[in-house]
Amino acid sequence: MEIVRSNRKSTAAAADSVPALSLYRSAPSLEVRLEEFELYAIDRLRVLKGISDGLSRGKKPDEMEKLVSELWRVNMRHQDANEVMNKDIISHFVLRLVYCRTEDLRKWFLSMETTLFRYRFRLEGSESQRALMTDFNLPYKPLSHAEYEGVKEELSQVARSIGLPHNADSMFFKVHFEEVPELVATRKVFIHKGYAYVAMNQVASLVVTQFRSHLSRALALTNRKWMSSIRDQEKDRLTPIVEAMSSSYLGPDYSQPKESTEISLKDIDQVANSSFPLCMRHLFEKLRETHHLKHGGGCNWGCSSRCRNPSGVGLSLDDALAFWRRMFFDCQVGSERFDKEYAYSIRHNYGKEGKRTDYTPYSCQKIISSTPGTGDHHGCPYRNFSEENLRAALRRMGVGERPMEEVMERVRNRHYQLACTLTFEAVHGTSCDSGVNHPNQYLSLSQRAMQSKVRGSSCPLTNSAVIGDPCVDLGIGDPPTHLPFCRMGNRRRRDKTTSDGRQMDRWAHLPPFLSLVGSRKKMPLTSGDVGRRVNV
Amino acid sequence: MEIDVCPPEQRQPNMSIEGFHADYLKVFYGKLFPHADIFKWMSYGNDGKHPACDQSYFGRREFSFTLDNDIYIRFQSFSNATEMENAIKEKCPFKIDLGAVYSVDPPKRHAYAGNNVFTPVERELVFDIDMSDYDDVRHCCSGADVCSDCWPLMTAAIKVMDTALRDDFGFSHILWVFSGRRGVHCWVCDGRARRLSDEQRSAVADYFRVYKGHENGLKKVSFVGPALHPFLVRSYNDVLKSFFEEDMLPSQSLLANEARYQKILDLIPDESTTSEIRDKWNSNRRSSISKEDVNTARWEQLKHALQSSKQKGLRRCVEEIVFSYTYPRLDIEVSKRMNHLLKAPFCVHPKTGRVCVPIDPRRCDEFDPGKVPTLSELLGELNDMDRVRADSSSGLPAEEWERTSLCRYIRFFRSSFLQPLLKSCKEELEGTYSAKLRQSKDSLGW
Repeated sequence: MEIVRSNRKSTAAAADSVPALSLYRSAPSLEVRLEEFELYAIDRLRVLKGISDGLSRGKKPDEMEKLVSELWRVNMRHQDANEVMNKDIISHFVLRLVYCRTEDLRKWFLSMETTLFRYRFRLEGSESQRALMTDFNLPYKPLSHAEYEGVKEELSQVARSIGLPHNADSMFFKVHFEEVPELVATRKVFIHKGYAYVAMNQVASLVVTQFRSHLSRALALTNRKWMSSIRDQEKDRLTPIVEAMSSSYLGPDYSQPKESTEISLKDIDQVANSSFPLCMRHLFEKLRETHHLKHGGGCNWGCSSRCRNPSGVGLSLDDALAFWRRMFFDCQVGSERFDKEYAYSIRHNYGKEGKRTDYTPYSCQKIISSTPGTGDHHGCPYRNFSEENLRAALRRMGVGERPMEEVMERVRNRHYQLACTLTFEAVHGTSCDSGVNHPNQYLSLSQRAMQSKVRGSSCPLTNSAVIGDPCVDLGIGDPPTHLPFCRMGNRRRRDKTTSDGRQMDRWAHLPPFLSLVGSRKKMPLTSGDVGRRVNV
Repeated sequence: MEIDVCPPEQRQPNMSIEGFHADYLKVFYGKLFPHADIFKWMSYGNDGKHPACDQSYFGRREFSFTLDNDIYIRFQSFSNATEMENAIKEKCPFKIDLGAVYSVDPPKRHAYAGNNVFTPVERELVFDIDMSDYDDVRHCCSGADVCSDCWPLMTAAIKVMDTALRDDFGFSHILWVFSGRRGVHCWVCDGRARRLSDEQRSAVADYFRVYKGHENGLKKVSFVGPALHPFLVRSYNDVLKSFFEEDMLPSQSLLANEARYQKILDLIPDESTTSEIRDKWNSNRRSSISKEDVNTARWEQLKHALQSSKQKGLRRCVEEIVFSYTYPRLDIEVSKRMNHLLKAPFCVHPKTGRVCVPIDPRRCDEFDPGKVPTLSELLGELNDMDRVRADSSSGLPAEEWERTSLCRYIRFFRSSFLQPLLKSCKEELEGTYSAKLRQSKDSLGW
């Protein structure tokens, strides 16, 4: 992609002949104004962030489909119809640059772009779906009649098992099972002798796999180019934009909490009682239970050594979080099991020596999406507990009857993080505008709320405390019925006064961190820049 | 009910020598461990003279040893059979684990640190099934213990998995191994299986997963939708149903007393049905003196009640109960990642002294973990042999292992697993080689 500060020389040629959905196989040679470089990317980022939030709320596929098309419609439009396609392509390639730089960024981007692609593909008509399959050079031929007759019993059985209508004239493709891992994982296809029989309405999965592996490779390549040349060549122009966009977005990392409220180990019970989210509490209680079993085998050893060591020193919040981080990482309690897991993690350390093992705590999204095995205690309680158990657990946390119903309502609609947020609000009596995205966030918000209660401050969480907090939702995609996210709009409007005056209209409704991007004083935007190109 | 929970090895007659001893292990590795077969297997045909052979293949395989005192050495590799054999004999590991084949020689990984050059490139698709994961459905033993009443759970697991791996996924080189104490390992060694990515491995592992349960969840298995996937139907009809009804129900006395049948009734979501059945069973306690087994009789009643129920959700319940109790419980994390380690076959389990011998999936019903040779038995056999040899001085076979009870397991490993595997490896090598030749010829022609 060629980028020039101004004087756009060409727009995409022949926009009408291109299908609406791009495969982003190669960067177009377009000239892009620097402002658009940035603005398009931010618009796309809002789409991706919206998707990420939707996923973390456990939205069902049909809800996601609605969400994605709405996000796309709102953010990716352009007054010039010819520009729509360009905006799509440009923003994609800019974000590729932004998100190519570390493993975590690549992973996030890959997963969000793939999700976006999947839903956009599903919205295409079957004609253009076939066209896209051809574009990918997918060598699949529909199943012949004779072959179909041989397996039609099983095919219709699979269709019934996933609640899809099975009609005899629907088309099937016979592919290696390796090519449709997600259909295999969910048993949505019939598999025989190494082949998966993919129905026409499932081809999204095939195409998405291709898209994903293509993008994954491309990101690795872009990363290499970025590291070897682009970063230095562009250090006065694009590099600041690119670096600001991803780092300011991800924001403070709850794996390294900065505020160190001192909690000594003797207080940990009390803190657990008042400030732990349900998932942590459950682990903690289970831990204590097994901990008391003196003959609890490997578990006892592993847990107590972790638990007791800091006791002499006094456990700082950091320690507590570190402790929980480890719990989430490898304490799937169960005595024999722990033994095994623990041994594995040591080996893991061994293997990664010099590379550092990643103990980043799991975010809510990760916890919700992980399915615990038999007898495991981790996982999101709102998702995994039976209703009865959940009610009992919430009652123990001090959630009253009326908020309880609201929580259960969210649980039934699979809005697990909202359920957790409501629990927070019920327990602390304050609102939680940011929503809960991370167990550690819950913990620090709770600590903050309780401190300000002590200080007598009125409503800490709606004031400056959370502003600039990264986990603040972009406020898109959620119907206003979800109370906490509604209030956010008001708060943002207050930000208007603090944001960059020149760009006020443009930036006013954006969350605070974007003002970072808006302050482009660092970047020379003088006319001397015209004509400088980057090849992405 | 009292059930003898003493571990099976204590029932063995000759317990004069203890099951496991580090010194015995030296003799075992020196005389019995099939070094050459393990090398052949891990080479996958690349140790031959064929020009398509990748001579570096075996040397990139990770071995890891657990020594005495739980000292763990990872990322070892050996360039040839002799080197491997010597290292094993010298270090005398309590446990040998096999890892992945990496892009570069594992001990040299530090030279490539940081740029992702050191990555696993091939790995058998492995499964680990552990009896301790079944503790909530077996009443005879718990934890590390197994007996002839609960071992059939493993047999059922092998049957379900083996059939699916062959029929559904089309794999043919599958090795089942007794893990030495309370479980089984499965090695799928087809080229396609070895080259699966982590994502594809996870997909296969998830295909096999029906447990969505949680300790606090009401149900461990839940089937929705009007039909089951053909794989589940086949597993149910061919293996699980009959295993549950004919084997597990009576042997574990699943419906014999209130505590046990309550566990099953808990799996039924309809209160009125369960209370009706509970009342019936509670009052019938004395009258059920018929010759028919009480478990079977009650199961028939339960099935009838559920299947004749007007509530749609309840009809699936019979299947759900059977799956909850009998379906294979995989330690799924082991299968999901290429770089996970798994204990090599023919190791000796340090706690039981039993050798991790292969299991024939076609005859897995006959397998009895209590009859697997232990280290001390094998050494006893070697000693007896020496005595016989001293007495008769007649020519005995050169290979000592052929005179021990380990012989038939090594023979089985060779004839049923290794030979067919190497044959197809050879074909694959030759196939890719001639394809490459053809390609280069074509390009030359132009």
